[in-house]
Amino acid sequence: MPFIPHTETEISEMLAAIGAPSIDALFDEIPAALRIKSLAAIPDALSEMEVGRLMQQRASQDGRPLNFLGAGAYEHHIPAAVWAIVTRGEFYSAYTPYQAEASQGTLQLLYEYQTMMSSLTGMEVSNASLYDGASALAEACLMSVRAHRRSKSARIVVPSTLNPTYLSVSRAVTEGQNLSFTVLPYEPGKGTLQFSRLEALKGEDITAVVIQQPNFFGLMEDVDAITDWAHANNALVIAVVNPLSLALFKPPGEWGTKGVDIVVGDGQPLGVPLSSGGPYFGFMTTRMEHVRQMPGRIIGRTVDLDGKQGFTLTLQAREQHIRRSKATSNICTNQGLLVTAATIHMSLLGAAGLEAVAATSQRQTSKLVERLARIPGVKVVFDGYRFHEAVLQLPTKVSEVLEALAKRNIVGGLDLSKLYPELGNALLVCATEMRTDADLDSYASALADVLERKP
Amino acid sequence: MSHITEPLIFKHSRPGRSAVGQYPQGASAEVPEKFRRSKRAALPEVSELQAVRHFTRLSQLNFSIDTHFYPLGSCTMKYNPRACNAFAMLPEFLGRHPLAPNSVSQGFLACLYELQEMLKEVTGMKGVSLTPMAGAQGEFAGVAMIRAYHRARNDLERTEIIVPDAAHGTNPATATMCGCTVVEIPSLPNGDIDIDALKAALGPKTAGIMLTNPSTLGVFERRIQEVARLVHDAGGLLYYDGANLNAILGKVRPGDMGFDVIHMNLHKTFSTPHGGGGPGSGAVGVGQRLLPFLPIPIVGRDGDSYRWLDENDIPQTIGRLSAFMGNAGVLLRAYVYMRMLGREGMHRVAEFSALNANYLLARLKKAGFDPAYPERRASHEFIITMKRQAKELGVNAMDFAKRLLDYGFHAPTTYFPLLVPECLLIEPTETEAKEELDGFVEAMIAIQAEAEQDAAKVKGAPYNLPVRRLDDVRAAKQLDLTYGMRNTE
Repeated sequence: MPFIPHTETEISEMLAAIGAPSIDALFDEIPAALRIKSLAAIPDALSEMEVGRLMQQRASQDGRPLNFLGAGAYEHHIPAAVWAIVTRGEFYSAYTPYQAEASQGTLQLLYEYQTMMSSLTGMEVSNASLYDGASALAEACLMSVRAHRRSKSARIVVPSTLNPTYLSVSRAVTEGQNLSFTVLPYEPGKGTLQFSRLEALKGEDITAVVIQQPNFFGLMEDVDAITDWAHANNALVIAVVNPLSLALFKPPGEWGTKGVDIVVGDGQPLGVPLSSGGPYFGFMTTRMEHVRQMPGRIIGRTVDLDGKQGFTLTLQAREQHIRRSKATSNICTNQGLLVTAATIHMSLLGAAGLEAVAATSQRQTSKLVERLARIPGVKVVFDGYRFHEAVLQLPTKVSEVLEALAKRNIVGGLDLSKLYPELGNALLVCATEMRTDADLDSYASALADVLERKP
Repeated sequence: MSHITEPLIFKHSRPGRSAVGQYPQGASAEVPEKFRRSKRAALPEVSELQAVRHFTRLSQLNFSIDTHFYPLGSCTMKYNPRACNAFAMLPEFLGRHPLAPNSVSQGFLACLYELQEMLKEVTGMKGVSLTPMAGAQGEFAGVAMIRAYHRARNDLERTEIIVPDAAHGTNPATATMCGCTVVEIPSLPNGDIDIDALKAALGPKTAGIMLTNPSTLGVFERRIQEVARLVHDAGGLLYYDGANLNAILGKVRPGDMGFDVIHMNLHKTFSTPHGGGGPGSGAVGVGQRLLPFLPIPIVGRDGDSYRWLDENDIPQTIGRLSAFMGNAGVLLRAYVYMRMLGREGMHRVAEFSALNANYLLARLKKAGFDPAYPERRASHEFIITMKRQAKELGVNAMDFAKRLLDYGFHAPTTYFPLLVPECLLIEPTETEAKEELDGFVEAMIAIQAEAEQDAAKVKGAPYNLPVRRLDDVRAAKQLDLTYGMRNTE
């Protein structure tokens, strides 16, 4: 019996101690009419060897295509040490540190994480993670409503250059709580927020303004001006950022005169593999004044009975297991193991290492755009400084091009034609430090062939 | 476990030190001045060995399933088979971009499709969405679907969610998040739902009821069919909190009990790792009525090929809950686990978790401890109350819990459910051997003896861990949430 240690003798002894005639008798409180006999649709058990063979077949079927897709999930090098430590049983198979004395490893690591994430984003405090970047934004919107007591509108202003899925998730998660989202368009030809449309909202009750930097197109928003405008108009500011980019860019805590109020994003670029979409982790940092409105676990440093330093879950009065229907969020389990990876990753790379990774990614994206733009019919849609991503226009339908590229073992980017129909046959491409110059050449020649309809 | 504490990583940091081999060389950043970071983030500057040693030492300060018996009630801390991890971390799965075209994703999608089908079978549901990223998000999806169902019928007054007093805190928190109001109903002294209170709570405003069965009291709700009939007759729907699915796997199915929607904690019943607090996975299953509202994306099958179903296929969906499709790697681990257990293995999960729980209960009872529901069968977990010890000896449930740590056992869940005073909620799971359970009983007997002879000793526990009992009040009052926040070392 896989994973079950009982011998026949032990089963008999245990039943005797219970005073039950059989294991089946242990279920005698379940109404007989409800008891099922068999789970016909579940296949027979496989041995570890057999299931390994099956999984390797499935994995091989998908192969390892050369990837030029980003759009919120980025392929970076992860030091071998990161996951070797993350998968140690002491991290992997522990749970939420409710018994602090028996969980100092996880708790201290989370405290170190909170310190690193606060510093990276330029904010005062961090929680111990949320599910992913998209749901973290939803939580930030809800938090802004709680934190901004003078605003009665629960109205959130977002640019259309915010990752569209982040907006969909924010709508879905906040649906029951009467928030409204006002979406402002980008400047045609420029690809960044049309500032005049923001200014047109002057005098209206806005709870928070969301800014994504770099934005979904990989372009830089004028974050100082937007932050200052929002604060001047009594709105909070929520920044959505790629944490890796903050090794290069001004952290949200320094945007404008006062800095933003809440920072969220997806921590995936910090040591978490693409892994088909998850598990990743969402991060959230904020100002000290809002800490009691922050959702999720928070770790604090304290002392034990002997005055020795130790770490524990704190401010639990915000949380569902204490506050129940009045909690800041229903979140319970978060993404602890992924935060473990990110903390080890950030320690191994340090600020200098993250900067080098970000700079190399930025350079490779620029080179990629340069090469692809040389192909007849391919145009760069927006000019300007860009990080990680770029929007290209193709002379033909993007979905067909992507399918043709996939046949050549290349994942060529994201089709934007449904998300941003006004951009026509638009493709979002990405390169990180993982893509060599030879990889960029392979993509360019494959795309040229596909567009020329060569076999 | 190591008893030597480890300094903060920042203490190992020296300016100019780095793990240079870990990052690319040569690129200099061309960042317009306006956007440039002026001062580097205060991340540690350490060598690779220092980082490896630091985090390895931190890991050694943890209790975990791999190192300790971990009978944390309601959390199902069973063995996480290593094969599940190894096969979910094949390089092709790890390297796959979530938005890669379906044509290079068929292997991955096949695993998820089959997982959906298997989860339908074990729960008796008609459709499954794997996208919720944790139990609480699954709960959210479930209640949001209930709301969407009533709204689609133009039944707009139904905004009340009934929750028994024994429920997990996430239940009422979720109801609030979904814009519902919570109506709490009491449990009877025997642990069953108070049917009269339920009848009184039901009405034209009832959206639904959230139940865990077996409940958090560790007993099976015997009148579940009557409860289902009453709620349905009143126009409400039934939500099944799958936290305790381990207790009934292969024995009885929520769909057959009359539930309309369920979330499953794949990190409990299907043994994916708890990771020090996640990742979880809160897949949801629904009956016929809620099929149109499932969160997207879902894996669909056309002949021999698989594809993602989205809002075009499920136009009434409650929407997307994650940036991509949820915790894919967790789903692969659950898939491997289910394939390794197979049909017969599913039944054994409930059988041996019930055998272990009832055995442990019987032995503790015989040793003089007080079960909260002495006349009931345990499900996969049970409650003992330390009310008597607290009153007579001044030694409470938390003291027993802390002293258990000294004996090398992770503490059971303490002070939950809230309605049983001084309680320990104990869940041994099916993967523990008899001698481990016997060892736990011996430890409890020894602590009881200590409590009778020298209560102060038990109240001062733990002694053998890296730290002694921590000052939680100070942690909350003098907030120290980042290194450098207070001018302490």
